[in-house]
Amino acid sequence: MATLTASRAAAGHYLTAIERAERDRVHEPAWLRDVRRSAADAFGRMGIPTTRDEEWRATNVAPIADTPFVSAPLVTVSPEETARFLVPGLAGPLLVFVNGRYAAELSAPGLPAAGLTVATIGDALERGPESLEPFLARHSDSAVHPFAALNTALFEDGALVAVADNTVADLPIQLVFLSTATAAPAMSAPRVLVVLGRNSQARVIETFGSLRHASGFTNAVTEVVVGDGSVLEHCRLQLESESACHVGCTGFHVGRSSRSSSHAFAFGGRIARHDTVAVLAGEGADCTLNGLYLAGGNQLIDNHTEIDHARPHGTSHELYKGILGGRARGVFNGRIRVRPDAQKTDAKQTNRALLLSDEAQVNTKPQLEIFANDVRCTHGATVGQLSQEALFYLRTRGIGLDDATSLLVRAFAADVTSRTGLEPVRAELDRLLAARLPALLGEEAPR
Amino acid sequence: MLEIKGLRARVGGRDILKGIDLAVGAGEVHAVMGPNGSGKSTLAGVLAGRSEYEVTAGSATYNGRDLLDLDPEERAREGLFLAFQYPVEIPGVNNAYFLKAALNAVRKHRGEPEIDAMGFMALIRDKMTLLDMDQALMSRPVNDGFSGGEKKRNEIFQMAVLEPKLAILDETDSGLDIDALKVVANGVNALRGPDRSAIVVTHYQRLLDYIVPDFVHVLSDGRIVRSGGKELALELDDKGYGWLEAEAQPA
Repeated sequence: MATLTASRAAAGHYLTAIERAERDRVHEPAWLRDVRRSAADAFGRMGIPTTRDEEWRATNVAPIADTPFVSAPLVTVSPEETARFLVPGLAGPLLVFVNGRYAAELSAPGLPAAGLTVATIGDALERGPESLEPFLARHSDSAVHPFAALNTALFEDGALVAVADNTVADLPIQLVFLSTATAAPAMSAPRVLVVLGRNSQARVIETFGSLRHASGFTNAVTEVVVGDGSVLEHCRLQLESESACHVGCTGFHVGRSSRSSSHAFAFGGRIARHDTVAVLAGEGADCTLNGLYLAGGNQLIDNHTEIDHARPHGTSHELYKGILGGRARGVFNGRIRVRPDAQKTDAKQTNRALLLSDEAQVNTKPQLEIFANDVRCTHGATVGQLSQEALFYLRTRGIGLDDATSLLVRAFAADVTSRTGLEPVRAELDRLLAARLPALLGEEAPR
Repeated sequence: MLEIKGLRARVGGRDILKGIDLAVGAGEVHAVMGPNGSGKSTLAGVLAGRSEYEVTAGSATYNGRDLLDLDPEERAREGLFLAFQYPVEIPGVNNAYFLKAALNAVRKHRGEPEIDAMGFMALIRDKMTLLDMDQALMSRPVNDGFSGGEKKRNEIFQMAVLEPKLAILDETDSGLDIDALKVVANGVNALRGPDRSAIVVTHYQRLLDYIVPDFVHVLSDGRIVRSGGKELALELDDKGYGWLEAEAQPA
């Protein structure tokens, strides 16, 4: 009970922050106030989780509970600092947020295009809040996820991407969330809502980055609604500093005969937790969840995924891979639920971890909950080291040990990154990985 | 080119090589034959620098240098090549990318400039024709999903591109049908020359019909028990290894 009391007490400063935010907001529509109120209540009930909570057993978020994060101050960021977190070679609309607030001077939303809205949630609420009502906070589970509830209660602003029926958004849309170093550790609550109508198509890239070794706390929520017959590709690049805390919840609601693919890359954070929940809500929906995480030093990177097959003939493909050096820890928890109605479901889950040091470790747990009888579900998990045989083979061809190692690690990663349809993202990830590898391998115990 | 003296090696605490003496001169092709477990592959592995083989005594001098002191990649850059008995599959590493990296590592060591994309493509097209290889294999990951025959051809193809001074072929013939065997032998013979040598490790005489050796050595229980000319291989084919093993028993 001591732990529970501690977590309740620690949640105190978050509750104070919620009360203050409620007082400051006057002009929000009643439905949003209700949504926020019930999220706040849910957070009040749950508090910051401890390792006694089943969903948080392997991930101790005590530093998030214990640090009195303050609301982030207004900070100006230069275009040069921002450029580090832009994927080179993407020409589409760009929205940049600093500490959860929109930075117009760093953004390039582009010219208005028929059927495509790329705007801030703040703007959208002012212009036509009723368009958001059916979607906002409907697809992140505030009732069971304390951090999603906290975000819903607190978020100041965020990004809205709305694609009308029968519309193709040609260019990939880039959303960048930066956190800055502040005198007192600060928190921000970025929010994203992506809504695709029927028979539409879009690609969205979210990037989370820290400037100047920020050691704050980012608590992000993204909700994605993929209408019937639509195609969505979503990439998430979590590149925060190794002293930052990052918690993210991404929810996909996939409609009939639509296709949704998620590619989540987690390279940063001292403690980084990402929950991805995909609901295959329409018949014949297809869902891909891919992930790659890279952790060194004392980093802890936790990926929880849940694929909920609610309707028949759904297919899901899931591949998560981790590369761990130093004393890093990785957690993967992959739940696949097949509801009684979801006959002919075909679900495949694979999870692989590559350990580059003796002290790195990974906890992996697949959870299949199958309530239909005519389905195919497979899962597999492996944890291993670099193949000595492959290293030797490369070396006997004249390739040095460092280059051979780099080649094999990058090949391990490329298996995931190459599945994105966005070549610039793939290239950028390979560049980031190659830049990070020497440090990651340097942490290795001598061979 | 290569001089091995009193070489002893163990694997996992077991002595496998028990004193090998072998001298390979420039331009010579030596066949090393012997029954299973005689130490043929261990010898090939030790020469290429396999770390799990522990050398306990003896020496191997390669072009005046202590071979055993070099890392596997240094041996390769100095012109030594091992064609693997079981080529390794490397998913995710593109065959062409891999081979270009290898070739440039060797060229850099020789003080030659890196080969450009055009030059590389022209080179591999030539060598692929020589090995009668499907061009599509170049864009696939290294050996990944290759058939047994394709893997062996890929070994000899890599050899043809890297042009080693000393090639060690570890049972390259095993599992090949006669057509593939001829193609592989053709690839090896194309590389023969006054300054290039080869050690052909094989269980069967068959390959030696196509790669005619200058010398044949028979390995048994970690020692060379008989050396001779190419006719020794024919004799082995006739009589099997039994008579030599009996002879090798200490009196």
